[in-house]
Amino acid sequence: MLTLDRVTKTFRTGTFSGSTLTAVDRVSFSVDRGEVVTLLGESGSGKSTLGRMILGLTAVNEGSLTLNGEPVRPGKEYYRRVQGIFQDPFSCFNPVFKADRIFALVKDAYHPRVSAADWRTRVEGAVRDVRLDPAQVLGKYPHQLSGGQLQRLLIARALLLDGLEILVADEITSMLDASTRIDVLNLLGDLRERGLGVLYITHDLSLGTYLAESTVVLRNGRITERGATEKVFGNPLHPYTRHLLAAVPRLGVDWADAEPVEECVFHAAGAEGDLYEAEPDHFVACARLPECEGR
Amino acid sequence: MNAMPPLGEPASEPAATSAPAQEAAREAAKEAPKETAGETGRPAAPLSPGRETLHYAVRNPKLLIGLGVVTVLLLTGLFGPFLMDGTDPNAYSGSQAVPPSGENWFGTTTFGQDVFAQFVHGLRATFLVGVIGGGIAAVIAMLVGFFAGYRGGVVDEVLTMFTNIVLVIPSLAVLLIVNAYLGVRSVPVQGLFIGLTSWPWAARAIRAQTFSLRTRDFVDLARLSGSRTWRIIFREIAPNMSSYLFMTFILLFGGAILIASSLDFIGLGPTDGVSLGLMLQSAQQWSALQLGMWWWFVPPGVGITAVVGALYVANVGLDEVFNPKLRES
Repeated sequence: MLTLDRVTKTFRTGTFSGSTLTAVDRVSFSVDRGEVVTLLGESGSGKSTLGRMILGLTAVNEGSLTLNGEPVRPGKEYYRRVQGIFQDPFSCFNPVFKADRIFALVKDAYHPRVSAADWRTRVEGAVRDVRLDPAQVLGKYPHQLSGGQLQRLLIARALLLDGLEILVADEITSMLDASTRIDVLNLLGDLRERGLGVLYITHDLSLGTYLAESTVVLRNGRITERGATEKVFGNPLHPYTRHLLAAVPRLGVDWADAEPVEECVFHAAGAEGDLYEAEPDHFVACARLPECEGR
Repeated sequence: MNAMPPLGEPASEPAATSAPAQEAAREAAKEAPKETAGETGRPAAPLSPGRETLHYAVRNPKLLIGLGVVTVLLLTGLFGPFLMDGTDPNAYSGSQAVPPSGENWFGTTTFGQDVFAQFVHGLRATFLVGVIGGGIAAVIAMLVGFFAGYRGGVVDEVLTMFTNIVLVIPSLAVLLIVNAYLGVRSVPVQGLFIGLTSWPWAARAIRAQTFSLRTRDFVDLARLSGSRTWRIIFREIAPNMSSYLFMTFILLFGGAILIASSLDFIGLGPTDGVSLGLMLQSAQQWSALQLGMWWWFVPPGVGITAVVGALYVANVGLDEVFNPKLRES
C-alpha cells in the first residue's frame, strides 16, 4: 500500500528564486494493491507533480510518502515495486535506439541472470499480454510504431518487473484515439486483477470514473473531494465536483450550470483541518477554497 | 468492451494482422534478408546495435570519402617522414625558390627548403596538435557540459560561471606568461595549452543540448529502470547527440590547428619544428604571394582545408549513420 500523508511540493520561481509556488498542498490518500485510484484534476492542478513525487522524480518538500509503512527511498529497489507510465509515448522512447531497448534496460537492472532466450520469451509474453503482436513491434524504431503501440509497450515493460505493486499511469490515454483509449483502460483493469495498485492520473472525468474504486479530485494542488467513486460522483458535495459533472457533455441534453451548493458542508459541520468526512469513505474540503484559507 | 480476451491470450487486437497485412509482412520479411544476410537466404536475425551501425557506415559514401581523405593525410604524416630518410625538413636542399619538379615535388622555399618535406613533417605536427588540443578540449567540454546541463541548479550555476571565466581569459597573454616562466615549447605542450583554453564554447553548446534532452520522458524512464546519472548521460543523452559531439570535436580539432598556426606566427610555437601553420606563416612573412611562389603556401593551405573539410563531410555521413530517421530518406 502506498500512502501519502500531507504531501506538499513548493517550487521556487521568479528572478533569484524570489517567489514560491505551491503545486501540491497537503495531499493525503492511499493506493492499495488490487485497486484503481483515479486522480482527477484540471491542467495545473498539480496532479502530474504528485505522480512524479510518487515516482521519486521530484523531491517532496513536506509530508511523507510511505510504501507498506516504510518511507519511500527512490532507487533501484523502490522502482522494482513502483513504476510509472507517462503521458507522451513518443517522448518515452529514445529515438536513436530500437523500441525494445526499454525491455533491455529492465533486464540489465532487475533480471541480469535471466538467459537471453528466456528473456525473449518473457518479453514476447508481456507484449502479447498488452495485445500486441511481437513480430510486428519488436526490433522496430520508435518512429516506425504508432502512439498506441508505444504506449502498450510501456505497459508491457512494467509487466516485466516481478513484484510490481504500484503503477502510476499519468495521462496515459490522452494521446490515444477513443477506440484505443478504452483498450488501454481495460488493460489497466486487467492489471488490477493481477493484484497491482494503479494510480490513474487524468483530466477526463468520464475516463476517470470508468475503472476506479476511489477518486481523488484535485484543484490548485489541494484535494477538494475524495472517496469511493460512486459516493463522490453519486453525491458530490463540493461545488467544483458538481461543476465537473455538469461539464460532461451528454447527447440530447443542453448544457446547464451545476446546481449550486446551498451551504458549505465543511463549515456547516464545523470541521477542522483539511477534509471533512461527510459519510464513510467520502471526504470533502471547504467549498470556498482557496479564499477561505486561514479564516 | 467486456468481450475482451483475457490476459495472456494471443493477439487478437492488432487489426493490422489481417490476412492481407500478414501477407505483406511476410513479403517484406522475404525481401529484407537479401540485404542484410547476403546469399545465405535465411531470415536474418536482428542485427546487434554495433553491427547495424557498421552496416550503415560502410554503405555511406560521405563517411567513406571523408574518412578516406583524412586517413590518407594521416598516414602521410605518420609514415612519410620515415620514408624520407630522416632528412631535416628545414635543411638546405640545394636549390632556392624553384617551382615543383621531379626533384622537388612541391618546389623549394626562398631559403632552399624542400616544401614537400616540410609538408609531410608539418602534417604530423598539425595532426598532433589537433588531436591533443581538440581531444582535451572535447573531453573537458563534454564533462562540464553534460554535468551542468543534466544536474541544473547550483551545480549548473557554478560550472557555467567557471566556463564563462575561462571563456574571457585572454589566452594569448596567459600563454606569453607560461612561455616565459616554463620555457617549454613543444607541439604536445602547445596542444595541451590550446586544449585547456578552447573548451568553453563547446561546453556551453553541450550544456544547452543536454538541458533540452534531459526533460524528455525517456530520461525519466531510464531513472525508473534504475540507471544512475552518468549512465543516463552516456547511454541515453549522449547517443542522441553523437554526431553533434563528433562535430564539436572536429570544430575543436580544426580550431586547434588554426590557433596553433597563429601562435606559431607570433613566435610562441615550437622553436625548431615545422607545421602547416608555420609554413603558411613563413610563406606570408617572406612574401610568397607577391613573388608568385604559389607552391609555398598552397600545399599547407590545401592540407589544413582538406583535413578539416574531410572531417566535416565525414560528420554529415556519421549523422546519417547514427540517426535512424535519416537512414530511410
